[in-house]
Amino acid sequence: MKKFSDLLHSLLYAPQRSVKQAYLEEFIKNAKDPDRGFAISALTGELSIQGVKTHLIRQIAYKRCDPLLFDLSYDFVGDLAETVALIWPTKSVKDIEIKISDIITVLQESSKLHASDYLEGLLDQMPESQRWALLKLVTGGLRVGVSARMARLALSKSYEIEVDEIEQIWPLIQPPYLELFNWLEGKADKPDAKGKAVFRPMMLAHPLSETEITKIDFSSFQAEWKWDGIRIQLVSANDDLRIFSRSGDDISSSFPELTRPLEWQGVIDGELLAGTPLKIGSFQQLQLRLNRKKPSAKMLIENPVFIMAYDILFDQSLDIREQTLEYRRGILEERISSDLKMSYIGLSEILPNPNLSDLKKWREKCRAGGLVEGVMLKEIKSAYHAGRIKGKWFKWKREPLTADLVVLYAQRGHGKRSSFFSDFTLGAWTYDSVEDKKILMPVAKAYSGFSNDELKKLDKFVRENIIKKFGPVREVNKTLVVEIAFDSVQLSRRHKSGVATRFPRFKAIRWDKKAHEANSVSDLIAMIDI
Amino acid sequence: MVNTSWLKISKPGLYVLPAKAHIDPIRAVDTAIITHGHSDHARPGHQHVIATKQTIAIMSARYGENFANQKTALTYNNKFTLGEVEVKLIPAGHVLGSAQIVLKYENTKIIAAGDYKRVLDPTCVPFQVEQCDVFITEATFGLPVFSHPNPDEEINKLIQVRHLFPERSIAVLAYSLGKAQRLIALLRAAGYDETIFIHGALKKLCELYQSFGIQLGNLQTIPLDKIENHNSSLANKFIIAPPSAIGTKWAQRLPDPLVVSASGWMQVRQRAKQGGVELPLIISDHADWNDILRTIQEVKATQVWITHGREDALIHACRQMGLDAKALSLIGYEDETE
Repeated sequence: MKKFSDLLHSLLYAPQRSVKQAYLEEFIKNAKDPDRGFAISALTGELSIQGVKTHLIRQIAYKRCDPLLFDLSYDFVGDLAETVALIWPTKSVKDIEIKISDIITVLQESSKLHASDYLEGLLDQMPESQRWALLKLVTGGLRVGVSARMARLALSKSYEIEVDEIEQIWPLIQPPYLELFNWLEGKADKPDAKGKAVFRPMMLAHPLSETEITKIDFSSFQAEWKWDGIRIQLVSANDDLRIFSRSGDDISSSFPELTRPLEWQGVIDGELLAGTPLKIGSFQQLQLRLNRKKPSAKMLIENPVFIMAYDILFDQSLDIREQTLEYRRGILEERISSDLKMSYIGLSEILPNPNLSDLKKWREKCRAGGLVEGVMLKEIKSAYHAGRIKGKWFKWKREPLTADLVVLYAQRGHGKRSSFFSDFTLGAWTYDSVEDKKILMPVAKAYSGFSNDELKKLDKFVRENIIKKFGPVREVNKTLVVEIAFDSVQLSRRHKSGVATRFPRFKAIRWDKKAHEANSVSDLIAMIDI
Repeated sequence: MVNTSWLKISKPGLYVLPAKAHIDPIRAVDTAIITHGHSDHARPGHQHVIATKQTIAIMSARYGENFANQKTALTYNNKFTLGEVEVKLIPAGHVLGSAQIVLKYENTKIIAAGDYKRVLDPTCVPFQVEQCDVFITEATFGLPVFSHPNPDEEINKLIQVRHLFPERSIAVLAYSLGKAQRLIALLRAAGYDETIFIHGALKKLCELYQSFGIQLGNLQTIPLDKIENHNSSLANKFIIAPPSAIGTKWAQRLPDPLVVSASGWMQVRQRAKQGGVELPLIISDHADWNDILRTIQEVKATQVWITHGREDALIHACRQMGLDAKALSLIGYEDETE
């Protein structure tokens, strides 16, 4: 446990990626199996301990501390594991070495009641640094700035094996990854994906700025719509058909209508959209289907979804990822008109002869349609490589909408922003007929887009302008105007203001503006164009 | 019967009616009693300032000799009558010259503790416990998550990191009054006797500490134009600088600086990380949660007033101890000076 705790602290405070990676490499070289595999799975978010959820940790904390003091502390610290680690009444602590693999095994096999007692016993024996590491381990979400990609790069460097090879076999292995280490150390064969419905890492696009787009040689690129849905991968293998999200999560059970077994085997890359290929629905409609583990039969009929296919990675058992996009597109078109001729699979069209003026026009048209959020540019000769490969695929999103809104309420944030007031409810003006005056109506919640420096200033503003408290929420003087960027505005029956903004984030803090200069709800309604 | 009607909250801060004096006023007033020299408590522009001689010296160093028309320098525990009130300053253990203000009027004794800590600090006189009816406390670290470790152990981490990265300079960020001098004194106490380098902004206050007999050893100021780019003679050396120096040209010229920050806030990991800190040291000039509670019990007050900080938790804990507690919610006192 001490080794793991030291690693987490080193990673957390390491200022640069390269330093973090060096710490990981050192750990990979020195740690023993199965501890190192479990540690990596915790870092990459692939470790799951059933039954130990944040709720349980909170219950344990309530048992040992005054609940009100705990809640106030949690509100300030913004991270459950850290709050419990810090507030835990310390007993005399001697250094005992507990293996993380032993802890994980006990917890995975325990009933909830037993897990709770076991954790409580462990916390009593550990110093604060290890309590934090333990609670991070069991609750997940480590927030030490290590991505799954970084962990794979560290493995690649430690064993001098191409990172692509590691990426490819990753979906085949489970924590603590013994097959992986056995292969990397030459003790076993490389794990094989043949015949298994597993996720293949996706190729991603670079965002293009307004100046970068002018430097593109359009003749070697193919243009497509950037659909406003969610990116998915359809994998068909040996009577098994699965749908994976962009991050590799298996979301098949949410979409039974798409997962009927197929004769054909292979892997398709595409977008999940609401409606049918002939009548595409909006993102708002799609949202009705997302995060529903088991949709009802009524839901399936009223809110159909389909796959807009744009690439193919495997055709039958053939891996065609190293072929050009042009070649893959040919295969994709052929399959969609034969083996994959289904009502729930569409073919994403290629926009003809891209040039700057057409792209601009298409991009602007996007908003009106509401179904696309920009255009894609893909190099015709590009192979399909995992990750964001330089110069191959680009996305060009339309410019966001903006509005000046007034800060109404603030709440302390979590994670990186913990202990600062960083979550804001923002309002726009509207006429209140009962009061016969203009009032500020909440229209958006935003908690990103500001710099660390701006965050500190916002935090100070809140602390000096509190007028009321509702639990963790602080109402502030209505004097601060902020410029907010958002992707679109939709009518919403769930919001009192009648509108909902999509992905609102800070663009600028307008210390220079007065509250009465902020936008009104009707200004926002005017931005909806259907 | 405890009577507190003579101590009011006014716009500039706490106001002692029968003494016609404010305590740590945040705007210019006629008569100000100042607890300590941090700039949010000791502001310029008052007609008459009453404080310890160290605090007066600190204010002179910051604002010039003529920062007030009249200055009354008191020594600890010497009684002084102001209007109808008996005033006494007693040590608060926060920084050099820091004082609790003991006020006696009619039959009620109120102590405004200002900022204080209970952990021993080689650069100032330790906190003095004095019984009172009303104890006015800060609550900067007024949550049970704040439990400050032994500063000697934290200083050890700083000494260790030097061996880990011999080619890097070690930039230690510390508030320029109090924290910086305490860190230097702690390093000396841990046996480090080489020259310690300091940012120009610390020079005056370090000299002031030395003039009051605080041993800081050999210090050398490094002005911007004296650092050649990435001067390797600063490798493996401690350089103490105020937090605002980071990100400036001055800091960019240090050889591969390892950023250390010493503050009670360093206990919250994500908050520490946010400042780009590579080594956080939990060294605080404020009382932690347990020390605030212990102090409240020791002074045997029946009422606890809380000036600023995290008051909700402290009010709850006081009420559980059967004490009257209320928040004054004074503004203008910053968390950042810690």
